[in-house]
Amino acid sequence: MTRITMREAISQAMWEEMERDPDVFILGEEVGVWGGSYAVTKGFYDHFGEKRVRDTPISESTIVGAAIGSALTGLRPIAEIMTINFAFSAMDHIVNQAAKLHYMFGGQLILPLVIRTVGGGGRQLGATHSQTPDAIFAHFPGLKVVAPGTPEDAKGLLKSAIRSNDPIFFIEHATLYQTRAEVPDGDYITPIGKSKVHREGRDVTIVTYSKMLETSSKAAEQLSGMGIEAEIIDLRTLRPLDMEPVLESFRKTNRAVIVEEGWRSYGVGAEVTARIYEEAFDYVDAPIQRVAQKEVPLPYNRTLEQLALPQVEDVVQAVKEVL
Amino acid sequence: MAEIVKMPKLGFDMAEGTLIKWVVQEGEKVEKGSVLAEIETDKATVEVESNYEGVVARHLVEAGAIVPVNSPIAIIAAPGEDVKKASESPEAQAITLPETEPASEEKAAETAPAPAPAAEAETSEDARLPEGVRASPIARRMASDARVNLSQVAGSGPSGRIVKKDIMAYLQAPALAKAAASAPARGEPAPQLAEKAVKPLTPLAPLPTLSGAETPADEIVPLNRLRLAIGRRMVEAKQQAPHFYITHEYDVDALMALRQQANSMLQEDEKISVNDFIVKGVALALRQFPNLNASKNDDQVIRHGAVNIGVAVAVEGGLLTVVCRDADHKPLRQIAVEVRTLASRAREGKVRPEDIEGSTFSISNLGMFDVENFSAIINPPEAAILAVGSARQVPVVKHESLTIGWRMKATISVDHRVSDGAEAARFMQALADYLEEPLKLLL
Repeated sequence: MTRITMREAISQAMWEEMERDPDVFILGEEVGVWGGSYAVTKGFYDHFGEKRVRDTPISESTIVGAAIGSALTGLRPIAEIMTINFAFSAMDHIVNQAAKLHYMFGGQLILPLVIRTVGGGGRQLGATHSQTPDAIFAHFPGLKVVAPGTPEDAKGLLKSAIRSNDPIFFIEHATLYQTRAEVPDGDYITPIGKSKVHREGRDVTIVTYSKMLETSSKAAEQLSGMGIEAEIIDLRTLRPLDMEPVLESFRKTNRAVIVEEGWRSYGVGAEVTARIYEEAFDYVDAPIQRVAQKEVPLPYNRTLEQLALPQVEDVVQAVKEVL
Repeated sequence: MAEIVKMPKLGFDMAEGTLIKWVVQEGEKVEKGSVLAEIETDKATVEVESNYEGVVARHLVEAGAIVPVNSPIAIIAAPGEDVKKASESPEAQAITLPETEPASEEKAAETAPAPAPAAEAETSEDARLPEGVRASPIARRMASDARVNLSQVAGSGPSGRIVKKDIMAYLQAPALAKAAASAPARGEPAPQLAEKAVKPLTPLAPLPTLSGAETPADEIVPLNRLRLAIGRRMVEAKQQAPHFYITHEYDVDALMALRQQANSMLQEDEKISVNDFIVKGVALALRQFPNLNASKNDDQVIRHGAVNIGVAVAVEGGLLTVVCRDADHKPLRQIAVEVRTLASRAREGKVRPEDIEGSTFSISNLGMFDVENFSAIINPPEAAILAVGSARQVPVVKHESLTIGWRMKATISVDHRVSDGAEAARFMQALADYLEEPLKLLL
């Protein structure tokens, strides 16, 4: 095991896969000469050359559209959208083309496409650059949506995504790049579409993913000090959603808190909560609680921004509510 | 042009009805006069007939919904009309959908074809909770598995909700403590004991065990509309109408003989019951006592022109009074056929509003249950009701010697605000005049 940052883990995943398969290439804004807005592709341009690390115009629909075309014709593109907020400019390509071509052409086409993008708030970038609209992308059948919360999963899942023949929307969190944790040495992959028990506990099930895994883990530590042992399930993939570990945990604890950074309405928490009620109704011992972002465009002001985003205390409070 | 079907008013005091079942589905053809849906009112389940011919374009309410009278319930497209257009037509668009109140869970389970059978079937058993008790789903399931009566478990959750740990604590508590805790809750004798008392010949049930965990939980049965309506009317009658009662014993030797003779000439479905004789006799006697063929209305008495005899019929979950109209004018055979038809419709739950409306005097006959005599509660706003016991062979004194004779007791209950003892007693005598010389009923 080696202790590395999330940034290094993502970078390693792409580097290793590009070494492994010459069809893999990167395209996006400032990914080449500059080395990526979040410095994830630093050194790639010099090593792999301009053909495999392509800087594009500032046009997200061009990036995704070109990536789809190259995927359909045999390459394995990794398209980088600088932030998830800009993915809306490429929405037609993402949800009307990428998510549907394989289906609409009766399986004759495959689309080995990875769209990497960066979401999340908390860096005072204002309402339009700080969103966590993950649920929107997870709404569309045909698209797999992955959002890792640890360096180990980020590396393993991204390698899986690059090797997958399906279009994959890979959401990294802007404030997790510096997170450092142990990562297995050598080549490994983590399967897409598998949730995971991140922390074992007996009293309450916390279901979360991405940045909120970190928040929930801190809450679990605090709760442990109060004698409450929370079990944390990391969804890791939002579509296809793997409910098995969630349900198994819930059947044990009978109480759940769903923590997401996005807005509550129509969100990941709504989906997970509904599925628990549908599939484990007889195990419910208290109404399931959701922790989510306040229903406002995220404020720029640092204090207000933090108030709007889910905090450790919010998770602790929600757990106390369900117990 | 699309036609709008509205919730019919099936009785003068009907304010709303429960749409129990759609007989004709969306997209299906419907003839004028054919049955469109079944509706439950306070009094009965009634079939609603279509006034239009065409295709049912849309149901505007779902089965189980409680709908105010005159609210739209369906759209019928004219023959040949585009069904889709019909349901989007200006008439249809103009409808403001009624604020339907979903029927309570129990009711839906009881009457409506469950819209989502699989999901509901799994949970419906646990879904009923004693009134005022809150419990989480897993607590309900554990209680049901362990046969724990939830009303005896203290809830520690918000608003007293019973949660998993409360059930666990309850199950771990010593059995004796539970028995003590549950004892004061039972004010009445256990139902199975009461049942045994009236049916001594049925095999005896095994001795009940006294362990708290195995005592069957109290069963909470929500009152159906009919029971609620009966309750309301009977309370009204007993609280507002000062009843007095007069019992008379009738010599029915001649009546029994005449009945046997008459029935030997009649087909099975025309045969005349003792009660049919009484209906006719009462109707004729009432002609002489218009003050008892009456309704109380504030400070007035309405003496009815027609003599419409209500006959109480036991139906599932309650009783209905079917009405034999103008019974004083009808031959016995007709009364027999009518009452039989009305009673069987009532028992099948297919009673029509006119079957049960407009009685001016009621008869309740428990003769078939070997009842010597009883008194009935007046069916408001009527002024009186006659309770009839069994015709029995008893020792009687005739010509100063003891012999066997057919006797039948009847008790009239009268609203003292309308009439007095002497009048009622004279009525009972007048009735004797008919019942004891039954040829008069035929003339």
